[in-house]
Amino acid sequence: MNKVRSHIMVCGGTGCIASESDVIIKNLNDALKKQGYDEEIDVIKTGCFGFCGQGPIVKVHPDNVFYVKVKPDDCDEIVAEHIVKGRVVERLLFDEPITEEKVKEHSRMNFYKKQYRIALRNCGLINPEDITEYIAFQGYEALGKALTDMKPQDVIQLLTDSNLRGRGGGGFPLGRKWGMAANNASDKKYIICNADEGDPGAFMDRSILEGDPHSVLEAMAIGGYAIGADEGIIYIRAEYPLAIKRLEIAIKQAQEYGLLGDNIFGTDFSFNVRLKLGAGAFVCGEETALIHSVEGSRGEPSIKPPYPAAEGLNGKPTIVNNVETYANVPAIMLKGAEWFNSIGTATSKGTKVFALAGNVNNVGLVEVPMGTTLREIIYDIGGGIVGGKAFKAVQTGGPSGGVITVADLDTPIDYESLKGIGSMMGSGGMIVMDETDCMVNIAKFYLEFTQDESCGKCTPCRIGTKRMYEILDRICSGEGEAEDLHKLRELGEMIKGSSLCGLGQTAPNPVLSTMEYFMNEYEAHIFDKKCLTGTCKALAKYSINDNCIGCTACVKVCPTKCITGKVKEKHVIDQDACIACGACYDVCKFNAVVKP
Amino acid sequence: MKPEAQKETISVANLPQEGFLELDQYIETTAKDESVLIHVLHKAQSIFGYLPREVQLYVGRKLNVSGAKVFGVVSFYSYFTTNPVGKHKINVCTGTACYVRGVEKVFDKFKELLAVENGGTTEDKIFTLKDVRCVGACGLAPVVMVDDKVFGHVKPEDVEKIIQQYREAE
Amino acid sequence: MKIKSLDELIKMREASVKKVNLRETGENAGETIELMVGMATCGIAAGARETLQSLMETIQTNGLDNIKLIQVGCLGFCHSEPTVQLNMPNQEPVLYGNVDKDTAKKIVEDHVMNGKLVDNHILIKSFDKA
Repeated sequence: MNKVRSHIMVCGGTGCIASESDVIIKNLNDALKKQGYDEEIDVIKTGCFGFCGQGPIVKVHPDNVFYVKVKPDDCDEIVAEHIVKGRVVERLLFDEPITEEKVKEHSRMNFYKKQYRIALRNCGLINPEDITEYIAFQGYEALGKALTDMKPQDVIQLLTDSNLRGRGGGGFPLGRKWGMAANNASDKKYIICNADEGDPGAFMDRSILEGDPHSVLEAMAIGGYAIGADEGIIYIRAEYPLAIKRLEIAIKQAQEYGLLGDNIFGTDFSFNVRLKLGAGAFVCGEETALIHSVEGSRGEPSIKPPYPAAEGLNGKPTIVNNVETYANVPAIMLKGAEWFNSIGTATSKGTKVFALAGNVNNVGLVEVPMGTTLREIIYDIGGGIVGGKAFKAVQTGGPSGGVITVADLDTPIDYESLKGIGSMMGSGGMIVMDETDCMVNIAKFYLEFTQDESCGKCTPCRIGTKRMYEILDRICSGEGEAEDLHKLRELGEMIKGSSLCGLGQTAPNPVLSTMEYFMNEYEAHIFDKKCLTGTCKALAKYSINDNCIGCTACVKVCPTKCITGKVKEKHVIDQDACIACGACYDVCKFNAVVKP
Repeated sequence: MKPEAQKETISVANLPQEGFLELDQYIETTAKDESVLIHVLHKAQSIFGYLPREVQLYVGRKLNVSGAKVFGVVSFYSYFTTNPVGKHKINVCTGTACYVRGVEKVFDKFKELLAVENGGTTEDKIFTLKDVRCVGACGLAPVVMVDDKVFGHVKPEDVEKIIQQYREAE
Repeated sequence: MKIKSLDELIKMREASVKKVNLRETGENAGETIELMVGMATCGIAAGARETLQSLMETIQTNGLDNIKLIQVGCLGFCHSEPTVQLNMPNQEPVLYGNVDKDTAKKIVEDHVMNGKLVDNHILIKSFDKA
């Protein structure tokens, strides 16, 4: 007889494993054994809960208690108090940042309240290494339904009606893409999953693959049936070892259960999936570059058309979709196009997963209906800015996107509205920046990234981004000239208009958009030789104000010994010797050191 | 980061012969053409730690691909390196989330204390310092990875402790 | 163990769902029955673990899948331990006292399944949901 009455779910995502969630699982099991409860309680390693800033997460079912920031040492207490005595361990509950209230159930946390989970539906709910748990939550039913009750064109029609658009960046309608590949007759076709998540700061694809790998496999098989392909390839970054491992397990299990392989569901449809490792190249997120990389070559993009749907891998019709897009497919197949259309805005249906990071309290993965405003995401879900500082901007779309300022915080987010305010959806990275972040420096950061990742095939991107980076570096070093602003704009427009692929066409966006909204910062760098936030070291000059009580703490940490003054008297910084390391600012307890 | 050109010539004799045996065994299981090139290079790098010219040529001959083509692929992808690496790899995440949370100062501290630049290996061959593009643990920003261990919320003053911890184990 | 048809998949799902039905998906919240067992020191001393196990077994024997069995701390009725509180959807909670393993079985079979109160063990019939 199965005596299990409670499940303790421990997050096994990369972030939480980094904070020793593996040890937590071991300690929980040890503690349960010691107390004699190991037969009643199962400890289950699950996928990402999305609340990464509060990790490691431990959730107890069916009590529905959600513990945050659990340490290996806490396990004995959780077992002794919660499991044995039924008393919730208060100190491990989440503190709501705004109300300062302890919250027990995760459905009542602001972080989860406004979320609507489709792509992340199983993350944190199932054990990703056990196919039966996926099946228990209606897994593979969509595939079964498609294969036994529907014709390939019905599947494509359903997805076309759902208005699902690609979640990797461009937002191309999925139904139309699949329809094109279906109509191109060929003896061989391919379904590719783009899991080469390159946008630094976006990690939703990794979390889906780690937390719910079967949903992607199932969707790829549905795609194979719809377009007439028998082979699927997942192109995944070698930097994601855990996701690779979980996928390998999932593929093996699906084959054992006959859900991948020959004659699936007793029909004459056969489909297999294999993994292909990337090796670190941002440009491989572009579909033609990705295909070249799968073929074993340098991942350089090529001119479209021909589109991959006509001539892709090995010259055969190929579909490339991203992980999050696939994760939506089984849910739509089961619940219908009408259901999906009921969520979202006029042009963008369904939900979008965002990786909320940067200077925001609740760092993590959030999935919200299209049309949610940035304010809701950053303040209601994200819990506001760290340390109560003032919000300055949020960058969406990663290195291809732009900044959004406080003026546009109430814009309902969808593909079109983001484009309208000079940014883009991209893969869903959302980096929140506060008053202490220098926007020129952020633009420089992104350009350093794109010029480094430019594959070098076309001149505007290879040379243009390098020149833009050099100009920005000059401005940040205090050597900027008035002419530079004009040059940046002109170069930016030229690169956008003449680059071969999406990388180059969008690379200038972070510069152009920060120039539009934060021209004052560029001007301060160039004309006043001043960095308003003190981020750019070459321009930073620190000084000491009258708050100084002469405690000498700054003198002790100064590496260049440029601070002088008597004990209990106001100190002075020698501006010429100061290297602007900021050590004195960090150590001062009296707010006496002034950033420039 | 693109790998630098290989600094010194190494004779095949200086590389562990059992490594080539292991590589041969792996290639036995794959197709013998260009399509598996990246997979084989991954394997080779996991065996030898890096991909010197000799290993690249060896792989090229086995898969019937020109050496130029192999080098083209190796130099294109940031995951591959052509220079020997230290015993411990210190990877500093320079993704946007870590950048915004001040990883630059942490990186500078590593450079200072190890006396190497980005991509460099310490003289005692214990550490190789490198930036990486985002390990996906943005909730812990700024993040530093030493081999497979992730250090989260790293501050410049923590750097010395981290280095010390691995030095002492030597 | 190959799945050869949609029917076989559905069967597999039904078999697997027992394993995960402890986990609330958010969709069925509010419709589940909650059984809360007081598991403070005095409850355990009075045999609450046996009660809990008996409840568990009865629920499983009868194949009930919409019940959440939760252990809670002291319910405050130390004189009548072990105590069990039953929350049926849209009904006032009922608190039972002196629940040994046989009474536990009765609570599930009579009250939960047939809506009949187990009269001689009722402590409180009407109070605000704890």
